[in-house]
Amino acid sequence: MSFVTIQALVMRYLYLYTRTPVRAVELIFWPLVHLLVWGYLTKYLQQNTGEGFPQEITYLIGAVILWDILFRAQQGVAIFFLEDVWSRNLLNIFAAPVTNADYLGATYVVGFLRAAVTTVMLTGLSLVLYQFNIFILSWKLIPFIANLLIFGWALGMISTALIVRWGPAAETLAWAVPFFIQPFAAVYYPISILPAGLQWVAKALPCSYIFEGMREALATGKLDWGELGLATALNLIYLALAGWLWVRVMNTAREKGLLTKFASQ
Amino acid sequence: MSDPVLQVENLTKRFGNVTSVDQVSFEIGKGEILGLLGANGAGKTTAINMILGIITPTEGSVKAFGRDLQRDRIAILRRMNFCSTYTQLPGNLKVAQNLKVFGKLYRVPHLNERIDEVLEMLEVSHLKNRISGNLSAGESTRVNLCKALLNRPELLLLDEPTASLDPDIADKVRRVVARIREEEGATMLYTSHNMRDVEEVCDRIVFMHKGKVLFTGTAPEVLQHFEEDSLEKVFIRVARSGELKSTGNGVAS
Repeated sequence: MSFVTIQALVMRYLYLYTRTPVRAVELIFWPLVHLLVWGYLTKYLQQNTGEGFPQEITYLIGAVILWDILFRAQQGVAIFFLEDVWSRNLLNIFAAPVTNADYLGATYVVGFLRAAVTTVMLTGLSLVLYQFNIFILSWKLIPFIANLLIFGWALGMISTALIVRWGPAAETLAWAVPFFIQPFAAVYYPISILPAGLQWVAKALPCSYIFEGMREALATGKLDWGELGLATALNLIYLALAGWLWVRVMNTAREKGLLTKFASQ
Repeated sequence: MSDPVLQVENLTKRFGNVTSVDQVSFEIGKGEILGLLGANGAGKTTAINMILGIITPTEGSVKAFGRDLQRDRIAILRRMNFCSTYTQLPGNLKVAQNLKVFGKLYRVPHLNERIDEVLEMLEVSHLKNRISGNLSAGESTRVNLCKALLNRPELLLLDEPTASLDPDIADKVRRVVARIREEEGATMLYTSHNMRDVEEVCDRIVFMHKGKVLFTGTAPEVLQHFEEDSLEKVFIRVARSGELKSTGNGVAS
């Protein structure tokens, strides 16, 4: 892996965003919409339940913020590839001295940057608008965020691999893949709400432990190290499998000439 | 040929039942410009993509600078570059930004000076701060060529570099190609549908048809072999007839 190559690929992405500010709308608009919808829903429930207001409802805002970290990390990886397709630059990149590790490394950095931008915005706004402070979690946020980033990257690699395999018509997967898992990821509700069969699906997703962990930490201030360790182990397995799938699909794409087909779309 | 820069041996690519490139072999010596000629669908671009490692060959091998492409792809790509009519630089970026990104990818030393140098060489210095997507086809091709020259490639693959250029600019590009070979000793593989390009620029020609090599030789040798008085007539005859036979193992001289 080369730092200079990753730096160059990330630089291209940053140029793209500074050259076309309208792209930032996508980075700011949708997270903002989610925060406002869930935030005001929380406020409405708070006002109408009076004394019996369950504290857990405020955790919805925390869930919005943490879900966005996962989603932006996934987008960073998947959109990075699509940007090259859309600009017909794919062959220039894949014919340059760029290794798979360099390319993926750059997508991870971009995923991290995208997540950082929206997290800063959402935490600030949730504090101002709803007096919800995610930093109450203090240092526990670090393992939560790290795990969500890793799972986002893994989902991003899976999204890209599927798009390469099925062609440009499958581009919408770049946005859809995270939402395939969202109902089972315990983002807004605990795993126990799900039917028994689906609870197993939830337990196979590392992010479900993080959202459960966040609720637990907000309620009790405690962190379940066992669950966090399980989430991290699962994450590493997902990351390794997603990396393997990505490399395998790229090799198949080279065998079948799929990259040149993408380039001529 | 002593120490060829590029050795292509029995290169074959099959996509299902379709054979796009069939047992193609050729070598290019240092400082030589080899023209890859053939009608649409002859297999030129597929061959170039295999040399770049974008398509994996079904059979055969590609060696550059004495190293095997499958094994040492990154080391080889650092010493080569390419320019194709079918690729573009990201349209939202300024020309200078695009060149900076690719200069870094190819580890070009003194990058800012080199960017100015190649822009001047292609007479497009005035485009430096223009948005790449707003350039005309001719300007875009020349900026693409700037990208291809950034790292002073020892091996340069040019896929129809004059396809969208008017005769004046096409002539300037041919002069630049000649200058790069003369000053930097670059070796080139050059595809074109423009016979004037090929006659003026290339030392030897590999004539391809339906994925196979029909003939390899200098322009006069090609004319003699096909008993025609211009490369254009040879090209049209080959494209229309298809009955011409490959010589031996695909390489004739």
